[in-house]
Amino acid sequence: MNLLTVVLLLPLVGFLVALAVPRSSEGFSRCWAMGVSLATFLVSVALPFRFAHGRAWDRFTVDLPWIASPEIHFHIAADGVSLWLVLLSTLLTPLCVLISWHSISSRVKEFYAFLLLLEFGLVGVFIAQDLFLFYVFWEVSLVPMYFLIGIWGHERRIYAAVKFFLYTMAGSVLMLAAIIYIYNRTQTFSYPALVGMLASGRLAFSPAEEMLLFLAFFVAFAIKVPLFPLHTWLPDAHVEAPTAGSIMLASVMLKMGTYGILHFCLPLFPGAARQCAPWIATLAIIGIIYGALVAMVQPNLKKLVAYSSVSHLGFVVLGIFSFTQMGLDGAVYQMLNHGISTGALFLIVGLLYERRHSLAIADYGGVATAAPWLSTAFLMTTLASIGLPLLNNFVGEFLVLQGTALAHFNWTAWAAIGVILSACYMLWMYQRVFYGVAGDEVRAHVSDLKPREWAAVIPLIAMMVWMGIHPQSFLPSVGRATARVLDQTSINVQFRVEARPPAHTLTEVARAR
Amino acid sequence: MPANLGLDMIRFLPETILTVVGTLLMVLEGLLGRRGAKLYGNLTLVTLAAGIGAAVYANSYAGPAFGGMLMVDGFATFFRVLVMVVGILTVLPSYHFLAQQDAETAEYHVLLLFSIAGQCLMAAANDLIIVFIGLEISSIASYVLAGYLRDDKRANEASLKYFLLGSFATAFFLYGVALIYGATGTVNLTAVRAALTGTDAPAPVFIGVAMALMFVGLGFKISAAPFQIWAPDVYQGAPTPVAAFLSAGPKAAAFAVILRIFMTSFGSFGAVWEPLVWFSALLSMTIGNFAALLQSNVKRMLAYSSIAHAGYVLVALTARSQVGTAAAMFYLAAYALMNVGAFSAVTYLSGKGERYQNVEDFAGLSQKQPLTAAMLTIFLLSLIGVPLTGGFFGKFYIFKAALESHLVWLTVLGLLTSAVAAYYYLRVLVMMYMKEPSDAVAAAEPLSPGLRAALVLPAIGTLVLGIFPGWLLNFAGRSASLVK
Repeated sequence: MNLLTVVLLLPLVGFLVALAVPRSSEGFSRCWAMGVSLATFLVSVALPFRFAHGRAWDRFTVDLPWIASPEIHFHIAADGVSLWLVLLSTLLTPLCVLISWHSISSRVKEFYAFLLLLEFGLVGVFIAQDLFLFYVFWEVSLVPMYFLIGIWGHERRIYAAVKFFLYTMAGSVLMLAAIIYIYNRTQTFSYPALVGMLASGRLAFSPAEEMLLFLAFFVAFAIKVPLFPLHTWLPDAHVEAPTAGSIMLASVMLKMGTYGILHFCLPLFPGAARQCAPWIATLAIIGIIYGALVAMVQPNLKKLVAYSSVSHLGFVVLGIFSFTQMGLDGAVYQMLNHGISTGALFLIVGLLYERRHSLAIADYGGVATAAPWLSTAFLMTTLASIGLPLLNNFVGEFLVLQGTALAHFNWTAWAAIGVILSACYMLWMYQRVFYGVAGDEVRAHVSDLKPREWAAVIPLIAMMVWMGIHPQSFLPSVGRATARVLDQTSINVQFRVEARPPAHTLTEVARAR
Repeated sequence: MPANLGLDMIRFLPETILTVVGTLLMVLEGLLGRRGAKLYGNLTLVTLAAGIGAAVYANSYAGPAFGGMLMVDGFATFFRVLVMVVGILTVLPSYHFLAQQDAETAEYHVLLLFSIAGQCLMAAANDLIIVFIGLEISSIASYVLAGYLRDDKRANEASLKYFLLGSFATAFFLYGVALIYGATGTVNLTAVRAALTGTDAPAPVFIGVAMALMFVGLGFKISAAPFQIWAPDVYQGAPTPVAAFLSAGPKAAAFAVILRIFMTSFGSFGAVWEPLVWFSALLSMTIGNFAALLQSNVKRMLAYSSIAHAGYVLVALTARSQVGTAAAMFYLAAYALMNVGAFSAVTYLSGKGERYQNVEDFAGLSQKQPLTAAMLTIFLLSLIGVPLTGGFFGKFYIFKAALESHLVWLTVLGLLTSAVAAYYYLRVLVMMYMKEPSDAVAAAEPLSPGLRAALVLPAIGTLVLGIFPGWLLNFAGRSASLVK
């Protein structure tokens, strides 16, 4: 029973207890969810401090046999990437509880129970080291999100929830087939064992085999990311979900896809991954530009943020398939950044909706005069989201673009258009919503941040600044994990981001090409 | 032979118990009439529990009985226990159902016991004639059960349809048996196997026709496509607990027979029957899952879903391996629990005269009856195949066995149809959790103890099979090795 197990199991215990709470004691349900998620977060904060250097997947390993035949283990461990994604999940869950305090008034008990179950599933996805266990968590996280969207969402919630479930399900059954296939070949589900077998040459897939397995995994992940053209479930799900659902969906669930690509697709099927890289990068770039262009013309706030996610996640995928150290570091950093800043965007949009009961940009205007602090918080988030230096997204986008440039300069040139466009649509949206003359409705209903809302907003803004000013708190452990991934894709990159002799850069350029 | 009679009787104990108590109940009904309504149910439950005990006891004296006509082994015990568990889960919601429909008789329980006795016999049969006898005992009782509500037109239709088509199918089976007897001169499964593996084995065409005819007969009982047409009408028309029983009990027994005959006697002709079963499996999964998308009646939807699930089990048979047999056994157990559980929820909601059976009638169930809704959610998630439920592990083992036997296309297509299936199960979830309460839900009475048990027990079973499937899979694996 180590720290990581506690972080994983606390939400599960919380969920089970929450189910037993009588329906009438809504206050207790809220407090219980708050207490459990906060405790989980506090425990998880200790993780980075205990995260010693060394072999990456040895950290916090728990490996217990679960089912004898086929051999399935309860095998969890954290590496430098999953560590931060776990923290992201545990940070956002209590904030989601806070933000739903008053806005969720029907079936309170179930709402918080599902939120805790979701946290359990998400944390599990990021730390499972057994392919089977990974699939279990992957699917388990689907169920609570389905209910969160379907029960507490807006008008078209049912359509959105079913679409979300079916898209993910369709992708994941193929992944299940691939997982079973791998097991039949190797008699193991253990990720470290598979990687070891591949490295030692005891396991080698034929090119056709590798390509099909890669695609089976990749499609499941690409739907979750979502990569253009598999993104159509995302705007629906985001717009219809309640605020907490949108936050968890955008900030953490989408990362399941990119994490999966990084953690499974690249190390297990390096040949196929490199072969497909130009195609995938093309789709990512189309996603970046298309997402930004569509976001620009959205009349609906949530839809705008949703499409901006498509654009931002395109950067992550692009960074991963640049096959450079910086690109991968940037991709992971961008995963975390997007979690923080888009989480904050959805959070504040949710606050606006609670006040004005509308998501249409046209219904706003002049919010800055009515609610100056709320506007300031939103401005910070907007600036972070468009990549202003000293705020978090800048670091991630810069690394991705730099890493991509080392490999393929023309990819960078296209992707950079997305950066410009993001400034356009975000600032234009900010102008329309917050500046101008406040209408009667806005003046009457839009009040400034309350203490509870401050408590939800401040941690996120603090993170934006911290991650923007001092990325070195996070990048070294990320770098070790991504360096290993690169290593497994048979490019040995020796240098680190912080110390980069030019000679090595040239070698890397040569290798990447 | 007489020296072994005692041992033979032990091996035949479950069937004996069920038949004796069944006969006793008929006498009791004459004495007590409707005063004994509760007693009949209780006695049936006790009998089935005793039957399970007897089956487990008989398993410790495993071996052939009555000159090799019965074979009591782990495989037989597995299916005997399974059909009796299905029986218990059918009786539990029946208290509520029969009282509500004003139709409490011992006759219902007697028919149920006889049908289960027939299924136990099928599970242990090692002789084609015994298979046929078991099949007939089980079928004739279930034809009557399907039409148990005499005044209900739909039930009459269901019963008649089931009877006519069922007799046809049994005739096909018998025809196949006759051909086998003609070709090999024996009806004993082990002897047939010996006759078919020798160098002077009969012409494959002859055996192929016999196998096809027998598959038609048994395929009807498991409602595999293209012999599935009866299932939706019968399930819809039959009283709901009976529909639950039909979807699990006879199906499990018929699968036991299929597995035993095809893996034992026809093992050496695997290459001949594999394409046949492959085709039937794919067709069942496709027809079942796609037709279920269009249904508005929950019982009809579950009928199509049960066709699809028969398809999954046929995938395991197509794998033609011990792993496949074990996977089929595990799946049938998981399927029985989740499907009977789901039907129990329908029993609860449908009300007097079974008025409420549409998907819309489940609207808002979670608000009035959170327990029922939660249990039904577990069953539906299990039917979809979401991890941590028995249905998921069942599917996982089946497709694992299929991939081991290099059935890549069947696996991929099967998994894709199972993703399609998620849609129609989700519709019920949507109704229960995301809509305002319907008339049916508003009219629903509080859960009776029997129904509560009929919902909670299979739900626990489904979760246990989903989280700790190892013990059952081990047992299935060991038993599967006996079938050869």
